[in-house]
Amino acid sequence: MLVLLFIYAFGGALIFPESYANYTDTSLRLSPPSARHPFGTDTIGRDVLARTIYGGQISLIIGLLAVSIESLVGILVGALAGYYGGFLDSLLMRITEAMLNIPEIFLLIVMAKFFGGRIPEIHLLGRVFSGSVIVIVVIIGLTSWMYLARIVRAEFLSLKENEFVLAARATGTSNFEIIFRHILPNSIAPIIVSATLGVANAILAEAYISFLGLGVQPPTATWGNMLDGANNYLESAPWLWFFPGLLILLTVLSINFLGDGLRDALDPHSRAV
Amino acid sequence: MKPADPLVVVKNLKKYFPVTSGLVFQRKTGEVRAVDDISFTVERGETLGLVGESGCGKTTAGRTLLGLYPPTAGHVTIDGMDVYAARRRRDLLAIRRKAQIIFQDPYASLNPRWTVDAIVSEPMRVHSILPDPKARSERVKELLSLVGLSGQLVNRFPHEFSGGQRQRIGIARALASDPLFIVCDEPISALDVSIQAQVVNLLEDLQDRFGLTYLFIAHNLSMVRHICNRVAVMYLGVMVELGERDELYDHPLHPYTQALLSAVPIPNPKQDRARQRMILSGDVPSPLNPPSGCRFHPRCPLAVERCRQEIPAWREVATGHWVACHKVAE
Amino acid sequence: MTMLLQTIDLKTRFHIPEGTVYAVNGVSFHISEGETLAVVGESGCGKSVTMMSILRLLPAPPAEIVSGQALWGNRDLLRLSENEMEQIRGREIAMVFQDPMTSLNPVLTIGRQLTESLRVHLGMGPAEAAQRAVELLEQVGIPDAAHRLGDYPHQYSGGMRQRVMIAMALCCHPSLLIADEPTTALDVTIQAQIVELIKKLRDQLHMAIIWISHDLGVVAGLANRVMVMYAGFVVEEALVDDLYEDPRHPYTLALLAALPRVDRRRDRRLKSIPGAPPNLLVEPRGCPFAPRCEFAMERCRFEIPPLQPVQGTHAVACWVDVTTGGPR
Repeated sequence: MLVLLFIYAFGGALIFPESYANYTDTSLRLSPPSARHPFGTDTIGRDVLARTIYGGQISLIIGLLAVSIESLVGILVGALAGYYGGFLDSLLMRITEAMLNIPEIFLLIVMAKFFGGRIPEIHLLGRVFSGSVIVIVVIIGLTSWMYLARIVRAEFLSLKENEFVLAARATGTSNFEIIFRHILPNSIAPIIVSATLGVANAILAEAYISFLGLGVQPPTATWGNMLDGANNYLESAPWLWFFPGLLILLTVLSINFLGDGLRDALDPHSRAV
Repeated sequence: MKPADPLVVVKNLKKYFPVTSGLVFQRKTGEVRAVDDISFTVERGETLGLVGESGCGKTTAGRTLLGLYPPTAGHVTIDGMDVYAARRRRDLLAIRRKAQIIFQDPYASLNPRWTVDAIVSEPMRVHSILPDPKARSERVKELLSLVGLSGQLVNRFPHEFSGGQRQRIGIARALASDPLFIVCDEPISALDVSIQAQVVNLLEDLQDRFGLTYLFIAHNLSMVRHICNRVAVMYLGVMVELGERDELYDHPLHPYTQALLSAVPIPNPKQDRARQRMILSGDVPSPLNPPSGCRFHPRCPLAVERCRQEIPAWREVATGHWVACHKVAE
Repeated sequence: MTMLLQTIDLKTRFHIPEGTVYAVNGVSFHISEGETLAVVGESGCGKSVTMMSILRLLPAPPAEIVSGQALWGNRDLLRLSENEMEQIRGREIAMVFQDPMTSLNPVLTIGRQLTESLRVHLGMGPAEAAQRAVELLEQVGIPDAAHRLGDYPHQYSGGMRQRVMIAMALCCHPSLLIADEPTTALDVTIQAQIVELIKKLRDQLHMAIIWISHDLGVVAGLANRVMVMYAGFVVEEALVDDLYEDPRHPYTLALLAALPRVDRRRDRRLKSIPGAPPNLLVEPRGCPFAPRCEFAMERCRFEIPPLQPVQGTHAVACWVDVTTGGPR
């Protein structure tokens, strides 16, 4: 399913050039789905199918990159706090709790307002990305690592008491190796679950802030800002929100299934005896 | 190598665990005196038993003397090298290579995500023994066959093995760095009776073959008598008696040792009925707030006023027989 | 002596995703009034499952009692309704488990937990129940019992908690006490205290005891009769002196030889039993001990030996006569 969505988002680009997604044909404003425009057209006559394809690229990239940042920060903070304990643990955890106490949406909005528009456009893979994509990725990543950090810390706290960790120390294994080769692989299950939820959350978060008009700036399409654009046409042009909404739903669901599958596949207990 | 010089020397070892409270800046509100001033030596090639009830500090002592817990005070040398002075990684690795440990719980002591091959070869990787991957995997198979497991099992995960087999994997890992000294921390307590004998015999065979020295930590006094040359008895963080195996079991001097030995059931109904048992009253007190003077005095049938006030000295009453008790004659 | 409980051909299985666990495979035994029967075996031998089956404490599914009878007086415990069973459990048959911490509710005081069962089972009033609770705690050797009623389980040490469990078991004067490894989690000096206590109570209250243990040492000083189990079968049953002096099953023989002795100088290597206990997921055929047995013959692999008397009350399930090494 997820593969299909990726093919949809990235393979579709081979069929429709990007300019097509931004091609405006005002004569065809808000036309319902038809053979020529299977998903219909939007307020200024752009093809919704093409825009969901390019929007999908951006949304998936945002989801994956934001989760990478989230996981990196979360795992690092959680691992250091859990493994070393003591003062470092107290310090890191108080910071984490402080961050948790600030509503995420508030952080998102403030940071989006603050950084938005300061970063120039980026040319990558022959495409132009609005600088706001990077901002959104960093913001979402930096505001969502706290839960993961707490999960990782809890895992580390219990796992480091295991005798196999003591055995590794008795062997002379370095702390770095103990953290990353012994303990981390054993806490992979909750990390994966949390990270897959994170991808879904990041896509949704992007949708929220786009909905508030602070997300990725037009003309770059994302599923989120397409929903935003549909805001005023909820009843008159349902295809505007239906298709991006459906795609977000499918992506989130399939990423969650993927997470479950990954967790089972990585568990040595599920291997046949 | 001089035969007279002991492999492991432990001097005045103390390990207190702080009890703390506070959010960011933690205050120490008390301390658990898990090991409180113990001294002993382990001779080359011998098995020294360390016995006592749960909470007596025997496991902490074993782990602290290997430097797995930072000590509160004291000195330990293993094969002439000071364990706590090793600051540089190279020195630490040299000690880690010589001294290994086998754990009680064969389920917790093997990394569940690693294959047997990765587990057993870890010491070789860390100490850069046999860098050639092929030679290393040959060595893993050799180690497995030494402990009585098939070399074909290298790609299995720990959960595919029984408790006894896991304990053998743990032993193979301990042997991988060619150590001189192994701390066996209750290696058989979690195993069934019929498997215990297998593991004990294996440990003895390996000792004969490689000239290993063991510190055998256990609460099973019968098994300790079987496998150890000398035995040390701990109570509430301190050592109360140490002696040659048969001397200690046949003529225990400390009242705690006497009580401990008389509490061990004998698998013979007639002898067990005929035996005069010494049943201690009460429980082991908390090491957070140990009794004054001799720590055993609240439960001791012989205790006098002096025992409440004065800590008994650790002294040698006969050659090689040490005891800490006011009531034992000079 | 009057027969108290008689179990006939009990078979219990567990249906789990991996298949069927053959946990108890035709166990028959009996216990008379005032008698102490020890059930000995390694983990997975079915000793606890047997008792849990009789008391109907196993969740079904996955457990299924395939066949058997457990006669308590003239009633078959395996066929009683849940209501009738509740009248027997705790009143006529009481149980003490291995881990006293998980058997006590951590958020209720000891006094509350003790008086509650007195009030529910015996219909006592609050004052009477409190009075009786103090008596019970004194009976099991808890000093300063009246004050300690208000304490919570975590304020008691492991040995003290096990004493409380025994007090709770005694509250309705049961005629049978089933003790499932009650001293395994305790230190050796505390274990000796509990064993002494049980002996004292048994003589005072004239109560029958089934003592489940993996430790042949503890059992020796306590039991009248011993039943050895292996892989869900009773392999040997005898009076305690007969079993230790003249073991007739190769497994019992090997188990005793594998035990070092605290009272003797070391004279030899331990005799270990090769291999490991059988996989209970496979339906047993033949003697379960045959693959590890030094006496095993062709017949042992295909025919399950029945438990047969060899001398008086001494019974063995083995095709081989270990005194001669030849077939029986």
